[in-house]
Parts: sequence; C-alpha cells; structure tokens
Amino acid sequence: MTMPYYVAPEQVMKDRAEYAQKGIARGRSLVATTFDEGIVIVADNPSRSLHKISEIYDRIAFAGVGKYNEFDQLRVSGIRHADTKGYAYSREDVEARSLANLYAQYLGQVFTHEMKPLEVEILVAELGNELRPPQLYHIAYEGTITDEDRFAVLGGETEAVAAALDEAWTATWSLSEALKAAVTALAGPDRTLTAGDLEVAVLAEGNGRRAFRRLVDEELAALLD
Amino acid sequence: MTLPIFTTTEDPGPDFAGLMRRLKVPTLPLMAASTAAAPTEFRHGTTVVALRYADGVVMAGDRRATEGHSIAHRSMEKVFPADRYSAVAIAGAAGPAIEMVRLFQTQLEHYEKVEGAVLSLVGKANQLGQMVREHLPMAMQGLAVVPLFAGYDLARQTGRIFTYDVTGGHYEESEYNATGSGGRDARTTIKLGYRDGMARDAAVELAVQALYEAADEDSATGGPDLIRGIYPLVATVSAEGFAAVPDDEVSDRFAALIERRRMEGRQP
Repeated sequence: MTMPYYVAPEQVMKDRAEYAQKGIARGRSLVATTFDEGIVIVADNPSRSLHKISEIYDRIAFAGVGKYNEFDQLRVSGIRHADTKGYAYSREDVEARSLANLYAQYLGQVFTHEMKPLEVEILVAELGNELRPPQLYHIAYEGTITDEDRFAVLGGETEAVAAALDEAWTATWSLSEALKAAVTALAGPDRTLTAGDLEVAVLAEGNGRRAFRRLVDEELAALLD
Repeated sequence: MTLPIFTTTEDPGPDFAGLMRRLKVPTLPLMAASTAAAPTEFRHGTTVVALRYADGVVMAGDRRATEGHSIAHRSMEKVFPADRYSAVAIAGAAGPAIEMVRLFQTQLEHYEKVEGAVLSLVGKANQLGQMVREHLPMAMQGLAVVPLFAGYDLARQTGRIFTYDVTGGHYEESEYNATGSGGRDARTTIKLGYRDGMARDAAVELAVQALYEAADEDSATGGPDLIRGIYPLVATVSAEGFAAVPDDEVSDRFAALIERRRMEGRQP
C-alpha cells in the first residue's frame, strides 16, 4: 500500500502564490491615478476590443491584469452585483467598498480552497464626492486588499512603475499631465508608448450620471501630445 | 450579498431579467395570475404621444394620475430616457408601468456594460415587448401597461417609433402615435398638423397642441396647470441623444397657444 504524500500547508500556499505570480508577471502593467477632476486608468494594451478596463456602475470602474478569461468573469460579476443592488435599493447605495470586499473574499476563497488560484490582480476605482475622496481598491490574487488614494499599479514589473509615479504625482495635476506621467512610467526607460498601444479610460465629473468614459483616437493622441 | 458568479452552463449572459430570476429576486409580473377580481382603485397614467421629425423623435406626456374618478397625483412623470438614444413613455396602471420602465432601463444599461456594445434600436424594442408580454397575466386582471417606445437609430440615422399592445406585440409607426385614454384625441390633433421632415420646433409645438386637446376632452389627462406651474413633459431624441425640452419652453408654448386662441376669438 502506498502512503499518501504529506505536503506542509506552508509549501502548498507558497506553490500556489508562486504559480499565480508567474501568471500575472507574464502580462503587462496597468496604472490608475487621480487627477484634479477624477481618475484616469491607463493600460498597456494594444487590443481595441479585448478590454482590461471597463465600467461597473455610475461612478465605479474596474480594471484587471493577468488571465483575461478570469478577470473578465470577475468584471461581469461586479456589474451584476452593482446592477442588482442598485435595482433592489437605489443607485446611490452602490459603492465600491462593498464590491471590493466581495472580490477580496472570493479571491481569498479560491486561493485557499481551489486547486488553482486565479492569476489576476484587479482594481476597483470609485470617483470621489463632497464627502469622500476618490478611492482605488487594489486586490491581489490571494485576496489581499489595499486602498490607495493617489495611484495604483497592477501586474508586470510594478516596482519601477510605482517609483516613477511616486516621484511625479501631484494632487492637482490635469488629465493630460497625469496621463503623460502614467504612460512614461508604464513605458519604462527603453520603450515609448503611443496612443495605439494604450487603452485609456476616465471616471470624471461632467460625463453625466455615468462618469465612465473611454479616451480613444484623436482625443487620446491630443492629450498625449 | 455574495458575488454573483455562475457556472458556464448557467450563466445568464447580458440578460438582467434572467439574472434576477436566477438570483430569485422578484421583478415582473408583480403578482401571479389569479381568478380574484381586479382591484378597482389603482393609479392610472394617461396620454403620451410620439412623433418623428427631421432629426429624430419628439415624445411627450401629461402629468396626471387618476385613481378611479379622483386625481391621485398631479406631477407624475410618464416620459423617461430608456438609455442615451431612446425614450419610453407609459400609459396604464402606474405602479407596474414605472416598475417596467425601471427594469427596462437597467436591462439596457446592463447589456451595454456586460457586452461592451449597445443594443440596436429594434433589439431594445423587442426587449420591451418581452416585458409587456410577461405582464399579460396582470393585464388580464385590469392592470394593463401599454408603453410607447421611440429612439434614434444610429445605424439608419433616423428616429423610429414603436407602439405596443397588452400581449407584447409591437408595431413600428412611420409617422406618429399616441396611447392612453386621451390617445385618440391626441392622435387626431397630430394627424391634422403632421408634415414629413418637420423641424424640431414645429414638432414640439404639435406635441404640445396634441396634449392640450387630449386634456380638453379626456378627464384622466391633465392639461397645463397654470396655477401650480406644472406642465407636460416633452423630450427629444436625436443624434445628440435624449434631451428634455426645458420647462420654460414648454410653459411658454402653452401660454402662446392659449393667447393665440383668444386672439382668434376661439374658446381656449
């Protein structure tokens, strides 16, 4: 009779974390930062149809890096959560904090109980109002949640990108300034990214009830100029 | 609340009503069919009109809700934006009608966000038809909801209007239509003044006239309430999207209409 293998729980967790990190590191980075009128999210993503950034609700946006099918499922479930909540209660009762917590719970659950962890890192961004500042909730593959009020960097080589943004960041910069700094940070010292290599969206006042808007083509090129 | 995640075989896709069914949240119909007699006292909404003009469609509705023979509400809204490029107006039992509009609005936005693409105008009209059809058991008990749907078709670059019956059947109108208890009078008024390719101002004016005549003939339709300053709601949907006609413009048009009739020596 063969004895079942014993693997220490520490080892199991370490292996899973390594597996997830490897999967995420293969992809490209994504940056979100606040600017004077809202939040801008920039992804190094040349695809026009497979989005990494999308709208969840009136003032909430979602962004994900890593395995596309996995973060897309999370994106859709976030829209479902927000729409059902807004329908059952009211539109103003939908907020990013509770959604970010649900994501964290789910990712944590999958990480500890399933064979394979999700190879994703996600961001839930919420536009601020008179009562509270804008919030960026960054949720890692194992369910760790951090809230940032300046900027967030997801996936890829985050340290260099975060260091570059940390140096450049100011509370009052305009969309164009924030966007340029984000693109420079994403590109690193060896590359230059043009409008065609980027997926960009903003959450900003002035877009009506739904604050989410994609920046494309000429508008994006003009802002980067 | 938990995160609504489904297995691939049970995923409702971009269908919000289907999602609510899976989550067992009751939506429409609000109650199951039964043989019990219909309640007699419930709020009714009344005259709504839609007509095409050169750049899109104009939609308008009065503000009165009635309960039997009494006035239940004087400033009810019956014209709603369904999404950026379409509008829906309601006539019939107010409670289920407003619930249907809310579900419809959420459905369109939900589809757009999940799919990353906007439904075609005919797709939207079909969706609303399905909701009206699901409501049929309640319509049989006297709680009928008959919406009017209009929007700007971005592919064809023209305004389009769809009318419904209680079974969810929907029919495209080439020029105009009106529904509700004052619909007949409103329709006749529009018929007399309608021209192909009207300018926006002329179309808004005609909608205002139609509601004025309907309110004059139908007790359940509210006219301009000069004392309280409550006027019918008028909106346009064009390539620029849904836009409510400002209250000032609507009140000025009613004032001018009454003044004009006085000058002509007619009863206002």
